Amino acid sequence: MSPDLLKLIFGRLGLDSLPLHEPILVATFVMVALCGGALFAGVTYFRLWGYLWREWFTTVDHKRIGIMYMILGIVMLLRGFADALMMRAQQALAFNGSEGFLPAHHYDQVFTAHGVIMIFFVAMPLVTGLMNYVVPLQIGARDVSFPFLNNFSFWMTVGGAVLVMASLFIGEFARTGWLAYPPLSNIGYSPDVGVDYYIWALQVAGVGTTLSGINLICTIVKLRCPGMTMMKMPVFTWTALCTNILIVASFPVLTVVLALLSLDRYVGTNFFTNDFGGSPMMYVNLIWIWGHPEVYILVLPAFGIFSEVTSTFSGKRLFGYTSMVYATVVITILSYLVWLHHFFTMGSGASVNSFFGITTMIISIPTGAKMFNWLFTMYRGRIRFELPMLWTIAFMLTFVLGGMTGVLLAVPPADFVLHNSLFLIAHFHNVIIGGVVFGAFAGINYWFPKAFGFKLDPFWGKLSFWFWVTGFYMAFMPLYVLGLMGVTRRLRVFDDPSLQIWFVIAAIGAGLVFLGILCMLMQFAVSFLKREQLKDVTGDPWDARTLEWATSSPPPDYNFAFTPVVHDNDAWWDMKKRGYQRPLTGFKPIHMPSSTGTGIILAGLATAMGFGLIWYIWWLAAASFIAMLAVGIGHTFNYHRDFDIPADDVIRAEDSRTKLLAGAK
Amino acid sequence: MSRFKILALLPLAVALSGCNYVVLAPAGDIAAQQRDLVIISTVLMLLIVVPVMALTVLFAWRYRQSNTSARYEPEWDHSTSLELVIWSAPLLIIVCLGALTWMGTHLLDPYRNIGRIHAERAVDQSKAPLDVDVVALDWKWLFIYPDYGIATVNELAAPVDRPINFHITASSVMNSFYIPALAGQIYAMPGMETSLHAVINHAGTYKGFSANYSGAGFSGMHFTFHGLDDKGFDAWIAQAKSAGGSLGRAEYLQLEKPSENEPVRRWGTVDSDLYRLILNMCVETGKMCQSEMMAIDAKGGLGHEGLNNTLPLAYDKYARRGTVLGPQPTFVAGTCTPDAPQGQTTAAIKAPLDTAPLTGAGLKRPTFTPLKSSSFFLGQRPKSNS
Repeated sequence: MSPDLLKLIFGRLGLDSLPLHEPILVATFVMVALCGGALFAGVTYFRLWGYLWREWFTTVDHKRIGIMYMILGIVMLLRGFADALMMRAQQALAFNGSEGFLPAHHYDQVFTAHGVIMIFFVAMPLVTGLMNYVVPLQIGARDVSFPFLNNFSFWMTVGGAVLVMASLFIGEFARTGWLAYPPLSNIGYSPDVGVDYYIWALQVAGVGTTLSGINLICTIVKLRCPGMTMMKMPVFTWTALCTNILIVASFPVLTVVLALLSLDRYVGTNFFTNDFGGSPMMYVNLIWIWGHPEVYILVLPAFGIFSEVTSTFSGKRLFGYTSMVYATVVITILSYLVWLHHFFTMGSGASVNSFFGITTMIISIPTGAKMFNWLFTMYRGRIRFELPMLWTIAFMLTFVLGGMTGVLLAVPPADFVLHNSLFLIAHFHNVIIGGVVFGAFAGINYWFPKAFGFKLDPFWGKLSFWFWVTGFYMAFMPLYVLGLMGVTRRLRVFDDPSLQIWFVIAAIGAGLVFLGILCMLMQFAVSFLKREQLKDVTGDPWDARTLEWATSSPPPDYNFAFTPVVHDNDAWWDMKKRGYQRPLTGFKPIHMPSSTGTGIILAGLATAMGFGLIWYIWWLAAASFIAMLAVGIGHTFNYHRDFDIPADDVIRAEDSRTKLLAGAK
Repeated sequence: MSRFKILALLPLAVALSGCNYVVLAPAGDIAAQQRDLVIISTVLMLLIVVPVMALTVLFAWRYRQSNTSARYEPEWDHSTSLELVIWSAPLLIIVCLGALTWMGTHLLDPYRNIGRIHAERAVDQSKAPLDVDVVALDWKWLFIYPDYGIATVNELAAPVDRPINFHITASSVMNSFYIPALAGQIYAMPGMETSLHAVINHAGTYKGFSANYSGAGFSGMHFTFHGLDDKGFDAWIAQAKSAGGSLGRAEYLQLEKPSENEPVRRWGTVDSDLYRLILNMCVETGKMCQSEMMAIDAKGGLGHEGLNNTLPLAYDKYARRGTVLGPQPTFVAGTCTPDAPQGQTTAAIKAPLDTAPLTGAGLKRPTFTPLKSSSFFLGQRPKSNS
């Protein structure tokens, strides 16, 4: 075939795009192919494809979508963590003239991919998954406002993840750092596909995130059950509301800034180039106007989880509900006024720097108030140290340290000596692991029995907890120390042998965290095997306080047979106290949304379009785009959007629950 | 094998490794003041962090479920006085820290001339500070001493107790100029200038590096900074002078090509206009300087004709820059001057051969044949050699 024809068909994709010369990648590919093949064969052998398609892939049930988000987050955690282990190993080895085991070309991709994956495809899915699962239940709703949109959002997030994973084996990922600052990320200095993978993965996933933000805001504003005024909403729902407002207000900025970068890269505009009037500083500003709220998008729901967990396991009302809500709202607003603290060193004047430094510090006031609120919720409580509470205590002790170093970095002159150093790396891992990751794990352990009807095994859970916590401290305290020695981030080789010991300690810490992750996977497996022993039939295994615990575990498709009526912000606690009786008769048919395959098809097409644009396969991009329009328009003619669950089915489900509850007594 | 031995020796090794906490024990007054701020802020915050951590442990222990003797008040969820305390305690600390920040940020602004040599000595205004022009290249540092007419790569020196004014720019991508022992860092960006004012108080050899990732050779992008007494500094200058060689525009264009782990290099003489040209991104002859462009724009610009005042770009450090769907890459051509007559320069910068008609201001743009007609649509760009 002529080269021109090949180019027409494959764009710049060729056999040399496959990283066959990288033994690490080839071995990874073989592993992934074997595991993937086994999974595929297993699903085929047990004839599960139909079941998966009908019950999961096309579902619009917020609970199943929530669970799928969690699975996505945990799978991507394994990938992101593999990158972390490689970095730690490289930095621990590359001393005394050794180049380590990763060449710059590979190492630079590893740290970029680690950041991108951990933020966009681990933390975001975990947080969104928990919100998706819990929020409708907490507000007594049957689903989210736009169930189809929810399914579509999830698959778009998966589409982004697929593109990032594809870059591992086809071509390469960006070598720019996780925010892809130009000019380095512009076509002149990154002419390869890496940055294009970055752009299109984030654009595809970003659509999903933005739409799911709109969906959840709408759900919280419009679908609360009778009696649940704003100031009677559970705190987790409040934090979810604020987080989704942040998402809707900030993700469009990311979309635009990446669109401008792609114009620079594809059609030769000069938004962020060095000459022709371009300004890379504009990119840095814009990306952080998204990037700083993003931090709060992740951590606010975690704060919500800790609030629920603390009050449940202390057996006490949450201390200072009102100030908790106001603190959340204040953080939401302030998070837009601090973005410049990520680049004090770019040379703004002293007044600008001090303004942003001081607004940053002000955020620590409502955050501090929250910390005290949790503290005084524990005060005069009866604390049960179940797994969610353990994670919460670890969070409180860890997060104050991260908060402290964060405020320190907000002092511009201090930032001048610590910016971009390993001190900074230690700081943001301290708040993101100590806040978001611990929060997600508290949430998983807390709501798992709700989702599956049995508790998670506490033995493996505690093992995982201790490995994670000690591993975290061992991995990141040395980085604080190294930062104070003036060691900067993203270095691949070192020439000062006295630093090596600290990197070795950090690598051992990462190894402990790895054991923590393995124990967590083990915890899931063991709990599944012991599900009869760990079973909970009451639907309220923790003696909890909010509405999601009022229904069965797992909840029926329709969540609540009758919409609950709320009189107190600890609605379920209040119902239990007042001797609430489950209605046993009078069930009616329930109106529910139907499943649809449109979401997964649209997202698949969007991913194909992204792939076409990355590799300059124009026919593929154009065809997928047209197909997306066609499928989207076609879907508007789908009139089978809803159905009624017959009253008989409702009666059957509720009767079986009545029997279970009677058996439990 | 020895792995285990290393593990066993870990605690000892940590204690003995003789770590150099340069951020906490710097040798320059600016860095020392920054260190003081780090410590004061940390102590201020510990005032609240330590009680919170202690209370967390205390409450967790005291109100554990098995301790039935502790008070249990499941409905207690509000106390106005307590709420006032928990909001105002952090507020008070932030007020103090905010005041400290405002003052510190202004006093330690890298653009500000330093007022003192160290805590006990003011700056002697009669003595001129040392000017150093800093250029971040891929992946090495170029230092130009305009007053001495010398230039070095990856080696910097300054006399003790003499204020230094750094003028900082970059050739291609963003870097950060950082000598932890001397002063905090500041970004180095192409086409832009940042400044840093600092002073070194103790003689010694210190490390400097880029603190902002800039590509493949980033790890090797470090230099030595010598704090020298006056005699030593003169000797250092003399050494550079005697190295001979001259750094002009042509030599610079060779130097700025990407290279990794560069050894120290010195030039006895340097084109006195070189730094200005680098900063204005017009070292290549025939390219219009940014300063010139800005001057033209300030007078209203060239209007629509200005669009034609471009030439095809042949070289941009890595490869010919260009995008798959965009027009051919170009640069703004300089206006004719006796120093740089247009005809010569076009040849000197190795532009494509078919640029025969000059495209000056006001002239019609010549019809242009892309390098390869098929490549325009199919996105084949010359393979990068990076």
